[in-house]
Amino acid sequence: MTGPGHTTPLAMGLISVASFIGSFGAVFLKAGAARLHDGWRYLFLNPKLILGVLLFCASSLFYVIAMRHGELSVLYPLVSLSYIWALIWSRLFFKERLTRNKFAGLLLILAGIVFIGLGKG
Amino acid sequence: MSAADTTTTVPGHGSLSRAQTIGIMFLCTLLGATAQIFIKVGANGSNVGASWTTAAGVWTNLFAMASNPHLVFGYGLYAIMTVLFVVTLRDEELSVVYPVIALTYVWVTMLSVFFFHEAVNWFKAAGVVLIVSGVAVLGKDGRK
Repeated sequence: MTGPGHTTPLAMGLISVASFIGSFGAVFLKAGAARLHDGWRYLFLNPKLILGVLLFCASSLFYVIAMRHGELSVLYPLVSLSYIWALIWSRLFFKERLTRNKFAGLLLILAGIVFIGLGKG
Repeated sequence: MSAADTTTTVPGHGSLSRAQTIGIMFLCTLLGATAQIFIKVGANGSNVGASWTTAAGVWTNLFAMASNPHLVFGYGLYAIMTVLFVVTLRDEELSVVYPVIALTYVWVTMLSVFFFHEAVNWFKAAGVVLIVSGVAVLGKDGRK
């Protein structure tokens, strides 16, 4: 395995782009999920869900390429950027309330992901 | 869109209880982790080595992936996971459900110790504890 010093800026950039695209995938899945109140068939007849899935596929392609050019311990924390994006979008697009529990929970989760990345590195 | 869609609880088609939603989210992360294990096994034993930057290389790689049972099964699990994820998003906030998906890290870490005999260390143990507590804190909120 390559050491942390071998993680290229390209890999870090790719991961950041991937996390950004992935968070928008989640936004479209959430927007499409509202349609399910009209029936389960809208799981499949749903352009927003299809777009969400496509964005997820695109982001995972970026991840896979990036992971070949870097060390997990450096890239893992960057992967979790998507959780921060998602929090911002959920406030912006769905008017969800940002509570103290959400910040605290997310902070613990981010720290956990950093630790697991360090444990693997 | 009817006016009913703007209220907090919509007794729509087959509404799920909170417990059901939590169960599905749990299953979702477990499936995601299992998918990652299969994809890792599949990737190790596959010949997905062609260039991703040329059209011919992409087709060669996609064909190699489609003829690899582990990869196909892994991505199939991802598909099921995505459907379940969407189902939970119907009744829950994105800002709660999305971070909960981080439980996948916990399962992957545990399954990797079991299947790939990866070493356990304090970093991983601390990470698992932190993520689980984070999810528990998030779970105090909820419902859109």
